[in-house]
Amino acid sequence: MNIVSSSPQKIHPHKFTLWIAIGSIIMMFAGLTSAYIVKGEQPGWSTVVVPKIFYYSTGVILISSLTMQIALKAFKERSMQQYRSLLTLTAVLGVVFIAMQIIGFKQLFQSGVKLEGGSGAGQFLYIIFGLHALHVLGGAIALLIMFLKAFSSKIRNYNSVPVEVISTYWHFVDLLWIYLFVFFLVKS
Amino acid sequence: MSNEALHGHPEVVTTHDVHHDEHHVHHHKETFITKYVFSQDHKMIAKQFLITGMIWAVIGGLMSVLFRLQLGYPDQTFPWLEDILGRWAKGGKISAENYYALVTMHGTVLVFFVLTGGLSGTFANFLIPLQIGARDMASPFMNMLSYWFFFGGSIVMISSLFIQTGPFSGGWTAYPPLSALGDASPGSKTGMDLWITAMAMFVVSSLLGGLNYISTVLNMRTKGMSMTRMPLTMWALFFTAVLGVLSFPVLLSGFILLLFDRHGGTSFYLSDIYIAATKTALPNEGGSAILFQHLFWFLGHPEVYIILLPAMGMASEIISINARKPIFGYMAMVGSMFAITILAFLVWAHHMFVTGLNPFLGSVFVLLTLLIAVPSAIKVFNWLTTIWKANIKFTPGMMFALGFVSLFISGGLTGIFLGNSTLDIHLHDTYFVIAHFHIVMGVSAFFGMFAGIYHWFPKMYGRFMNNTMAYIHFWVTLAGAYLIFWPMHYEGLAGMPRRYLDYTGWESFKQFAELNKFISTVAIIVFAVQLLFIFNFFYSIFKGRKLTKPNPWGATTLEWTTPIRPGHGNWPGEIPEVHRWAYDYSKDGRDFIPQTEPIGPNESHH
Ligand code: HEM
Ligand SMILES: [Cu+2]
Repeated sequence: MNIVSSSPQKIHPHKFTLWIAIGSIIMMFAGLTSAYIVKGEQPGWSTVVVPKIFYYSTGVILISSLTMQIALKAFKERSMQQYRSLLTLTAVLGVVFIAMQIIGFKQLFQSGVKLEGGSGAGQFLYIIFGLHALHVLGGAIALLIMFLKAFSSKIRNYNSVPVEVISTYWHFVDLLWIYLFVFFLVKS
Repeated sequence: MSNEALHGHPEVVTTHDVHHDEHHVHHHKETFITKYVFSQDHKMIAKQFLITGMIWAVIGGLMSVLFRLQLGYPDQTFPWLEDILGRWAKGGKISAENYYALVTMHGTVLVFFVLTGGLSGTFANFLIPLQIGARDMASPFMNMLSYWFFFGGSIVMISSLFIQTGPFSGGWTAYPPLSALGDASPGSKTGMDLWITAMAMFVVSSLLGGLNYISTVLNMRTKGMSMTRMPLTMWALFFTAVLGVLSFPVLLSGFILLLFDRHGGTSFYLSDIYIAATKTALPNEGGSAILFQHLFWFLGHPEVYIILLPAMGMASEIISINARKPIFGYMAMVGSMFAITILAFLVWAHHMFVTGLNPFLGSVFVLLTLLIAVPSAIKVFNWLTTIWKANIKFTPGMMFALGFVSLFISGGLTGIFLGNSTLDIHLHDTYFVIAHFHIVMGVSAFFGMFAGIYHWFPKMYGRFMNNTMAYIHFWVTLAGAYLIFWPMHYEGLAGMPRRYLDYTGWESFKQFAELNKFISTVAIIVFAVQLLFIFNFFYSIFKGRKLTKPNPWGATTLEWTTPIRPGHGNWPGEIPEVHRWAYDYSKDGRDFIPQTEPIGPNESHH
């Protein structure tokens, strides 16, 4: 039985669920950034210089949003060859982004910003950027699954809902990153 | 895409043809595993939540019996306890460390695992698809995951009872530094790691469930079921899910920071600490324990309404059915639940009046807190008006629903005392607070849950529960609850603090020695009666009186239009269409008119 289905003029329940999930993720990061603000006013607070590499990773994730969008368009036009390669590209860019974040953490760590000890922006940076990277990783894994599905010959899928869901999520983690990055630039 | 649905005007979402293309019910064969264990049928998942919740309730309740023994008889020993419990009761007495472990676990288990997981998990799962006319949840798979995360969290939490250093013992609110420093107490070691792990799994379970409940209610209603035709249970469970989805993630971020303080050496919550036990001064600087309190109570206060709203919704529904009258002020009920949902996010600091909160900020929180009394009073007024001059059928479900209203009034009134920051300086952390929240949240939500179980048991199992046992259960529990918690108000007013295992050292609290014995005795009796309920529940599953017709209570709502034992998919044929609201009782000379009946040509307007 197909329990979930929807008429064309209505939002599909899975897409809708994603929007609520996005609301939920926003609350989590809102919690963390407000904790940052509260703590920033306590004595003994130290700031950090955000490493340059995070600017470049911002570029990477922005481009990946673009490729995701074109992939979605390709899927809707049924040009599957293009869809598959763009999907792959998006996932690769996602992984590159995560790698660059890790390099950024390393640089910061080598410049003496440690987790241990007195409170400061660095502790938040590791955790907030790290959690964001985890969310990107989740998206990349979902892309991988989509990619494998696109290759399996058994399932001929014309349903664009999963692709739309993942692309919305991908744009969301992109926007979330912009917010977090700007937040740290302004605050530290 | 319907943007309104995302921006807070759910009423305008029309859903008419979601189900047009699927009229058939499950055909493929089900194995024992897919039917009872990894089931994706919302009704089975609901039963899994219910029974797991009941097991938790017995464990949590038993813990309270143990520490009430200590509180009532602080100078006596009970050697038989050591025989049963071993190291938990060395020499027949609960040690200080075990006492704190017991209260902590009692709170955590009952607040989260019973009254959140067990209550919302059961009734949101069971009722949402049945009452809005859907075949299942938006994502049955996520729904199944929600249960299994709950189950996994339960196992981890239980396992913490058996480890060498014991479970976490710093209170259900898990304030640092007790929760952040392994060296602070035995329970702060592995017990706390297990506690955080279990709670994180619990949060994931709540989020998976909540997402599903919201999108199901907004997207999968049957033809004709506009938002304002939904029974109030649906509104209540919907707002509950909204609260959970927006506040649990904040708790999770609090826990993540806590984990880093525990294992990463960070200073989010820790500052300037010297541990006497190990004679070390910690390097942590600039941390703030108050920050944790903010993050905790930003969930913590909405959490109390996550517990209460489902009970409110079910009580509204059951009261209207058994008063054979439409619920009074349907839109006012919806509006007040909406107001409660909004205000729930704006009052958290009333738990922190004495933390050195800026007094001006405190007064803002006093105002917002006292504002909650308005929607609460509207709801009480509407319940009372619904039963006013009604020809009430005193079914067990109805008795518990009325008991719920009584308890909500009694407990809500003491909230107004506490909501005044000046009074709270005296009352904070005393037995007054214990009495307040046990009555208004603990017992009253339990009453809502019992009402729901007695009322919907016939739908769940096709049989009735035994009435005689139910009435005994009701009267003893109601009288017992008041006898236990009412006197605690006086103890609290006299300044008796909470979270001590022995008050005999205080001259001023010696006067309460007999009272404490009395409370403990009643607590044991009330606990025993809950076992009677459990017996009734399981006995009736197999031996209860069988339903002969599908709609035993004469209710208007859709769940009673399904077969007595509905399969996966709920309705064998098409999903019925809805033509009216859920509260046409005693209308135009008829006892009730089901929601599925079209409006007649000469029908009066409600
Ligand atoms: C008129 C409505 C209410 C007001 C003004 C109110 C006010 C308060 C205040 C100010 C406190 C903090 C007391 C202290 O720690 O010193 C408190 C504690 C508490 N309230 Fe309420 N309350 C109200 C209704 C409720 C409801 C409906 C629930 C639950 C469904 C609830 C559950 C709790 C709990 C669980 C605590 C104590 C938590 C703890 O410290 O362990 N309250 N209330
Ligand atoms: Cu509160």
